[in-house]
Amino acid sequence: MPSLGADMDAGTIVEWLVHPGDAVRRGDIVAVVATDKADIEVEVFDTGVVDEILVPAGESVPVGTPLATLRSEGAAPTTAPVPAPVPAPGEPAAPAEPASPVEPGAPVAHTRSRASVSPVLRRLAKHLGVDLATVTGTGNDGAITRADVEAAAGSRAPATDATGTQATGDRAAAMRDALAALMARSKREIPHYYLATDVDFSRARDWLDTTNATKPVTERLLPVVLILKSVALAAGEHPEINGTWVDGAFVPARAVNLGIAISLRGGGLIAPALADVDTKPLAQLAAELRDLVNRTRNGRLRAAEMSGPTLTVTNLGDQGVDRVFGVIYPPQVAIVGVGRITERPWAAEGMVGAHPVVTMSLSGDHRVSDGHRGGLFLTRVDHLLQTPEQL
Amino acid sequence: MTGPGSPDVRGAVLAVLARIAPEADLSTLPDSADLREELDIDSIDFLNFMVGIYESLGVEVPERDYPECVTIAGCVAYLTPRTTGG
Repeated sequence: MPSLGADMDAGTIVEWLVHPGDAVRRGDIVAVVATDKADIEVEVFDTGVVDEILVPAGESVPVGTPLATLRSEGAAPTTAPVPAPVPAPGEPAAPAEPASPVEPGAPVAHTRSRASVSPVLRRLAKHLGVDLATVTGTGNDGAITRADVEAAAGSRAPATDATGTQATGDRAAAMRDALAALMARSKREIPHYYLATDVDFSRARDWLDTTNATKPVTERLLPVVLILKSVALAAGEHPEINGTWVDGAFVPARAVNLGIAISLRGGGLIAPALADVDTKPLAQLAAELRDLVNRTRNGRLRAAEMSGPTLTVTNLGDQGVDRVFGVIYPPQVAIVGVGRITERPWAAEGMVGAHPVVTMSLSGDHRVSDGHRGGLFLTRVDHLLQTPEQL
Repeated sequence: MTGPGSPDVRGAVLAVLARIAPEADLSTLPDSADLREELDIDSIDFLNFMVGIYESLGVEVPERDYPECVTIAGCVAYLTPRTTGG
């Protein structure tokens, strides 16, 4: 059972997408795991053949419990199937020999059609009595859409989440509890400090207007893309902002994987990771951000995206908030807040004019950095946003 | 809730919105309501909305015209003359 966040102790197997004997490749989605926050698609980090499913669907096990075993292609399967172990809390189960256990966060061979269906749609199909194997997908790359499922059911589904209001409410409440526990831990253990700076967004806005005027709608850049890239570049130059606090010591991250705080429709908040933000071109970043947000809201997150953030960005500008001071997600050591971009009086070179301005904040961990270092980081973000063409 | 404009355009707009805000009951949404406020649509949702409109109707709405498309009525009025046969 992979750890999908610092606040996760256990998870429930919702569904296996592979069976013993299925061939799998590194990166394949092999199972869906339910956590307090969301259903997460779990990928396999090795290539081989599924030897044995150790934890059946519907069962909850602690983080670290082996879920299945893989064997090399051509190797003999495990001869005597053993019942799925039920380890005591904190006691990982031993994988069966000779197959190697599926690493946390990794699973097995699946049919593409099933893997391309989100957990939400799977529940909808079950609710409507639709066999997904009989549904032809009309979405991108043949993906099955909500409309496909509804059409197969022969009737319109209710406008509300057909998985059930009660289930949605339960998930939202559980997510709120999990988030509250994590934030309480953060406030208890992390000595926060807070900084903010107003950033003139004029050059970035002008550059975006010019650039987007030449791009098709599918490739347009949002302001947040420039902000994320600037934050990531600055974080790469200030390692004390980018990393984790583990076992009483700071561990600087080798990559800049930004956690993106994403609100869910119907309530709840998840902050999955966008990987290597500092190294990616803006166009790629924009596409990946849009994909990440859409998949988060459609219940198609992947395990690696839940466990890898090294610094989180929370953007409440779309909600009309001027400034936000975030609470750090343990074990991270900082969070960047982004307010709305709004016209304000701005004095420069002896002149006062109306400029688009965004207030950016940093909540930092005094065990790792301080206001001086945090200030340098925020100032660097500001400077980077003044030369958007170089991002 | 019905309103003016081509039924095809209106249907396409509602279909795109239904994908973005599947929990919303669009049948009760006033045509003049601000979509961003009523449906809690953020900037990425709105970009998805514009992409969906393009994919459904073939109309690329320039960024400078986004303010005309923040209500259902505004969308239909903007898109109808720009769609073939509209």
